[in-house]
Amino acid sequence: MKRHLLSAADLTREDAELVLSTADEMRSLADRPIKKLPALRGRTVVNLFFEDSTRTRISFEAAAKRLSADVINFSAKGSSLSKGESLKDTALTLEAMGADAVVIRHGASGAPHRLAHSGWVRSSVVNAGDGTHEHPTQALLDAFTMWRHLGPRNGGTLDGQRIAIVGDVLHSRVARSNALLLRTLGAEVTLVAPPTLLPVGVDTWGVETSYDLDGVIPKADAVMMLRVQRERMNGGFFPTAREYSRRYGLDGRRMATLQDHTIVMHPGPMVRGMEITADVADSDRSVIVEQVTNGVAVRMAVLYLLLGGSEPAHTEGDDL
Amino acid sequence: MCAQPAAQHDHEDDGSRTVLDARDITRALTRISHEILERNRGASDLVLLGIPSRGVPLAERIAERMASVEGVQVPVGSLDVTMYRDDLRLKPARTLMPTEIPPGGIDGKVVVLVDDVLYSGRTIRAALDAITEVGRPKGVQLAVLVDRGHRELPIRADFVGKNLPTSLAERVRVSLEPHDGVDAVQILETTPTHGKEAAR
Repeated sequence: MKRHLLSAADLTREDAELVLSTADEMRSLADRPIKKLPALRGRTVVNLFFEDSTRTRISFEAAAKRLSADVINFSAKGSSLSKGESLKDTALTLEAMGADAVVIRHGASGAPHRLAHSGWVRSSVVNAGDGTHEHPTQALLDAFTMWRHLGPRNGGTLDGQRIAIVGDVLHSRVARSNALLLRTLGAEVTLVAPPTLLPVGVDTWGVETSYDLDGVIPKADAVMMLRVQRERMNGGFFPTAREYSRRYGLDGRRMATLQDHTIVMHPGPMVRGMEITADVADSDRSVIVEQVTNGVAVRMAVLYLLLGGSEPAHTEGDDL
Repeated sequence: MCAQPAAQHDHEDDGSRTVLDARDITRALTRISHEILERNRGASDLVLLGIPSRGVPLAERIAERMASVEGVQVPVGSLDVTMYRDDLRLKPARTLMPTEIPPGGIDGKVVVLVDDVLYSGRTIRAALDAITEVGRPKGVQLAVLVDRGHRELPIRADFVGKNLPTSLAERVRVSLEPHDGVDAVQILETTPTHGKEAAR
């Protein structure tokens, strides 16, 4: 593995499978009386969050703490960041404090890349979501959830599994990271969205696209609904919320057309009644709550593989 | 297999010499199984935990022998000690192996740790740490197929298949079915390396 996790495209198939199998071991920790491992004792993980986040920050914090690392939370509100400090000066501060890993969430696409490659810090940088670009640990936890549910009936891999990612692909870092990672793992991804919510250049992602939700989901093995990110919208992307919901929302009627084994996913936070109805979100097919549990295990695996040894774990795909 | 009456000190093509063949290993495991039963006066309260990777098939075989002797199925599990090792920071991050604690847990039980080679004792120290986080057994005992000496910590085995005096320049290679396709314990003459076998 590389020293930083900035993009889902940085992961080879061997890397990604190592994260999944490691996460599987981490997940069994939840059944033990003492939910703690000593692997990162004495290491410091800084959560640097320039954008609001609940589950990702808490998930990283729980993951680091279960591995016995010291965690420092740094959020934009109530810190020098709101006084106008630059990313560089913040990074130099973190470096001076001796951070071993920086988990960064930033509103600007590419901020984690800048932090990792500018020479400001020596620590590993983990991208926890940058703008509309990438969110690799979310993609890993989504892949892990699919692998747990779909793997056993498919020879333990996601090869050839059909994954539909539905909704606001344009503003979604989750969709991009998932498309990249799932392709690495051999799955067939179809992005379903209105034409206005598909990004320019989506044809280079190596995925199918469709405007017709009803035509795609009966063949899918997993359906991932995306939130409509109204805070990032400054124009008319669709006529009304109700029309969007009618054409691209997952309701009970559409859910009835799914195959028996198909799972329904959502990276959260979800807007019930918009992209997904309450009866679907609370149904047996929904693995949305499990995604959160798996998020901690996957982030533990990532932190362990990056920081657990003298250098990140070696996989067969590495140039040594 | 049966056509090798005395495999001791046979030199193989790769410079290794076989010190235990399949039948020697079978006999050693049978004796260890009886010794464990004798020491603990039966198989009740016992839990066998193999240390991956080679300790797990050894623990399973010991449980099979016990089942045929006592008619009781002793719970078998595996205990990965990777994250408890004191040399974790000295090498690239290592792949984790499965930890499977039997459904009954280990609280109040006698845990018998099973490993292939006892060397520095550091793996066992890590295993003792790992056990305390899983539960509180009544006692912990250690069974190993080979004790090759050179202890760096005050740790000893309760049940030993074979004491094998070695030099630090030698490596001990344990091969077990079905993992390796053959049952054998071999000594390889080599200069000390930081390879996997040398670390045992």
